[in-house]
Amino acid sequence: MASTYETVAGIIADTCDIEPDKITPDSHAINDLGIDSLDFLDVAFAIDKAFGIKMPLEQWTQEVNEGKKTTDEYFVLKNLCKNIDALVAAKAA
Amino acid sequence: MRLEYFQMVDRITALDIPGRRIVTACQVPEQSPVFEGHFPGYPILPGVLMIETMAQTGGWLVLAILGCTKMPFLMQVEKAKMRSFVSPGQAMQAEAHLVHEGSGYAVVKASITAGGKKVTDAEIRYGVVPFPNETLKAAMLETARRVGLPEEHIHAA
Repeated sequence: MASTYETVAGIIADTCDIEPDKITPDSHAINDLGIDSLDFLDVAFAIDKAFGIKMPLEQWTQEVNEGKKTTDEYFVLKNLCKNIDALVAAKAA
Repeated sequence: MRLEYFQMVDRITALDIPGRRIVTACQVPEQSPVFEGHFPGYPILPGVLMIETMAQTGGWLVLAILGCTKMPFLMQVEKAKMRSFVSPGQAMQAEAHLVHEGSGYAVVKASITAGGKKVTDAEIRYGVVPFPNETLKAAMLETARRVGLPEEHIHAA
């Protein structure tokens, strides 16, 4: 079974037409990979479907806008995967 | 339908919130300036207006589910197929069901039938955001009542 990171990286590569070797756990989805809001909608939909979750993007955006979090905490892929794992775990609990 | 005003939905004829489905009636007018250009001597409903009709139908579903507290804006159309021509005067029935309610976005699958056959279908995605101003919100609530959105789905706004 693919790891969370492998699944997310695969989704980003397929959805945003990005070469897989350019995607790393330390890539920032927006700043490094250049994923815009429309492509990110595709990515979010694919991730929600793949993991059976609802990523709280509105809450994350609000926290970033209020300065409580940095975009790195949500959009660097290794951090995004940690958040996805936490959402999957919370759903299973 | 008043094509030149982008009023595509005449009436919500069925709304199933638990089932995440909606059906709307959309009567194509006999005459419209749109048909003068599309096409001279052979008037048919433009495919982009079929897509708009599906988008508005799905949009009413999203609005109803959210109690008209947020506005769905069309962001993406996937796999749109125009399967048949639609002529002036035809009655259309549009349907949409919610595929996914994400955080800040929503996805529906929609279709339109006319004359007993499916004329178009697509997957439609919306960005769902707070109303950008009170003017739009008031206009949407007024339109919601015109198309027959049940009052209990307007109250939350």
